[in-house]
Amino acid sequence: MSLLDASGLSVTYAGAPAPALAGIGFSLEEGERLAVIGESGSGKTTLARAVAGLLPPAARADGTILWRAKDTPALPGKDIGYVFQDPSASLDPVVAVGRQIAEVVRTHDGCGWPESMARAAELLDRVRLPDPAAMVHAWPHQLSGGQKQRVAIAAAIAARPALLIADEATSALDTIVQAEIVTLIRSIVDEERMALIFVTHDIALAAHLAERIIVLKNGRLIETGPAAQIVGAPADPYTRMLVEASADVASLVEGGSAREEASR
Amino acid sequence: MIRRLFSSPEGIAGTVILAVLTLIALAAPWLFPHDPLAIAGPALLPPFHDPAHMLGTDRLGRDVLAGLVHGARMSLIVGLAAAAAALFVGSVVGTIAGFAGGLVDEALMRVAEAFQIVPGFLLALAFVSIAGPSLPVVVAAIALGAWTGPARVARAEVLSIRERDYVAANRVVGMHPLEIALREVLPNALPPVMSLSSVIVAGAVLTEAALSFLGLGDPNRVTWGAMIAEGRAVLRSAPYLSIVPGIALIVAVVGVYLFGEGLVEASTSRRRYL
Amino acid sequence: MNRALPLLRRRLLSSLPVLLIVVFGSFLLLEAAPGDAVDAYLVTIGGDAGLAAQLRQKWGLDQSAWARFSAFATALAHGDLGWSVAFSRPIRDVILERLPNTLLLMGAATALSFGLGSLLGIVAGARPGSIRDRALSVASLALYAVPGFWLGLVLIVVFAIELRWLPLGGIETIASSKTGLDRALDIARHLVLPVAALGFIYLALYLRVMRAGMAEVWRMDFVLALRARGLSRRRVVLAHVARNALLPLVTMLGLQSAAMLGGSVVIESVFAVPGIGRLAHEAVAARDVPLLLGIILSSAVLVVIVNLLVDIAYAALDPRVGASGERV
Repeated sequence: MSLLDASGLSVTYAGAPAPALAGIGFSLEEGERLAVIGESGSGKTTLARAVAGLLPPAARADGTILWRAKDTPALPGKDIGYVFQDPSASLDPVVAVGRQIAEVVRTHDGCGWPESMARAAELLDRVRLPDPAAMVHAWPHQLSGGQKQRVAIAAAIAARPALLIADEATSALDTIVQAEIVTLIRSIVDEERMALIFVTHDIALAAHLAERIIVLKNGRLIETGPAAQIVGAPADPYTRMLVEASADVASLVEGGSAREEASR
Repeated sequence: MIRRLFSSPEGIAGTVILAVLTLIALAAPWLFPHDPLAIAGPALLPPFHDPAHMLGTDRLGRDVLAGLVHGARMSLIVGLAAAAAALFVGSVVGTIAGFAGGLVDEALMRVAEAFQIVPGFLLALAFVSIAGPSLPVVVAAIALGAWTGPARVARAEVLSIRERDYVAANRVVGMHPLEIALREVLPNALPPVMSLSSVIVAGAVLTEAALSFLGLGDPNRVTWGAMIAEGRAVLRSAPYLSIVPGIALIVAVVGVYLFGEGLVEASTSRRRYL
Repeated sequence: MNRALPLLRRRLLSSLPVLLIVVFGSFLLLEAAPGDAVDAYLVTIGGDAGLAAQLRQKWGLDQSAWARFSAFATALAHGDLGWSVAFSRPIRDVILERLPNTLLLMGAATALSFGLGSLLGIVAGARPGSIRDRALSVASLALYAVPGFWLGLVLIVVFAIELRWLPLGGIETIASSKTGLDRALDIARHLVLPVAALGFIYLALYLRVMRAGMAEVWRMDFVLALRARGLSRRRVVLAHVARNALLPLVTMLGLQSAAMLGGSVVIESVFAVPGIGRLAHEAVAARDVPLLLGIILSSAVLVVIVNLLVDIAYAALDPRVGASGERV
């Protein structure tokens, strides 16, 4: 049974002349890692938001999204965790970070504040923030961008969702922090057996992280297939262009597939 | 712009109210050619009893409707004049402060702060009681308490404008800084300042009413505030004498607010379409 | 709280020159007014031109403008506001006697307008564009247009004259021997109408600012993140959107206290509340300019103090204060 089945997915924003997404279909297995790549304006964020049920009310959406083969939509936060691009824009500036994680625990697990706060500290430890007991009381403005993104990830996985969506979650960070966050996301989805939708414009990153890749252009699905195939032997000229534009992709692909083999 | 103003219910209502009030104020000398402060009939005539005095008469036998119509003149004149003065002084001070920077800016902003911590109405009271109640004094007194808002907004705008290319270009050409400030920067800083105008006009109308309610208006002109104060003496037996002019005041101020909201909506919808 | 201390110290220091400007402005107004302190004094004491000249010399009023100003400022620095002709007493004593009533009135009216205003603002701002929002917007706009003194008269007509539920005016029943709780209740009964009249006018302002602030917070990115975490709408509204929108509302309290002091002049006059607002009206009626200026100066000091209190409250509410220094 697929975790997620989308077919004929189209989205048009109010006042926009062309649809942001046109007739997209794809499916996702439990624990599968999928990357959605494309340039800005390709509709990849719209796709992620449509899956997570986060489209603005004025947007018109058609098509079906089945969650665990049922028509009842996935619950945001409980079934799907979502990590946004800008870490400073995903936290309430006047609420302590521990509380922002605890309220997610409280909402979905129904436990009281003390328990939720304790769980928040565990989660901060889980995303490898130092001194979680003190960190729960920290304010967002006291944290670096990378630290904020770890908090956002902790809040996203607080209710142990079956799917984590990372929407350009690393593109606002500098290279070193970016690598750390990618490693963190990878280890979390592996250990918690979550499925992952990783939205990025960086094809090298996509190849490194995902088993399967979807390529979008102007709201249409250009190509989909196993990561190694998309990067190694792209069928579509647009995909080829994206691959060639990414200089270090070749070396990454070799390293990546070598690791795959070793793990088998 | 006018069509857009009429695209929102607020804009339509505000424009209609203000247009009617303006017409009434302009037509007052023809509608009621006699001095509204003169005795016109028997005292304390209730409203809707005598067709010659539709809204009745006050304690001294003065016609209430004539007072209302002439009072509209005073409210509009004082409101508009005081707001215009406050906006003018405020934008000039704000422009100079923002453009000059440094000590001049610091000093002007401290003065503005001083005006802000003094209750504007008390300042107006003091000014009128020292200079004597007359139309220009009342206008100046109200403007005195209202110019700091426009000054702050103008300064903030100027600070964001002054480093832009065309200002730098004028500097290279050798224009005098003050000339650049007032001729190039100020006009560009004006729209956000003007968006304060409806609040300032409304505030000025209300302040004028409060001043004349306390007996500090121009004694030779009829005002709504003075009519309300006049009715207070017979509040028990004839409360309408105080209530009716108050309603006129509320309608006028609501008209100003609605007009302002309509303008804001019209200008934002224009931005949306651009 | 410690975060706020350096900020407070800086605020306090920066308000000194501002107060000095207010003092200078008062001096100018005093100079512009007909007559001087000696004239005022002699009206009550009685005396001839010889005594006047003598007093002018003694008080330094025959000296240069600069010397007169420094004498004026020095007296103020010692808490001496001068002599009130109207009351034949030192101005400071008259003001201090009236101040508690005004503080009571303003405190209660601020609590009413801020509390109810922000609450209704949350109701309106919870769903921008909803019917409730539209209705409250229109109602608050109308309320905002109501002159306070007129609302006071209407309240008197309805609740004191027609229904006879509440007293017409004053701060307490005259010549009653009430003490303790009875007296407090008596004062509270007298304050209901003036507090309502003063509070309801400013309620509209807080409502509108709260609503506008919430509309702005709704557009911020973190609200989408909260939705993505599956929080209930109620939680998003109360714990996040309203919480953020409350901050600008708190900063408004400081300068609103100046507006409310102005508003209390008419309200205290309408309800015959013996506070400094009514005192200002009495000073005008008695042409007692030094008394009026004394009230203005005290009001300015009061506003500065309220602003400092607001800064402390703000620092407690906004964790970012003290991190980057100044707020806003």
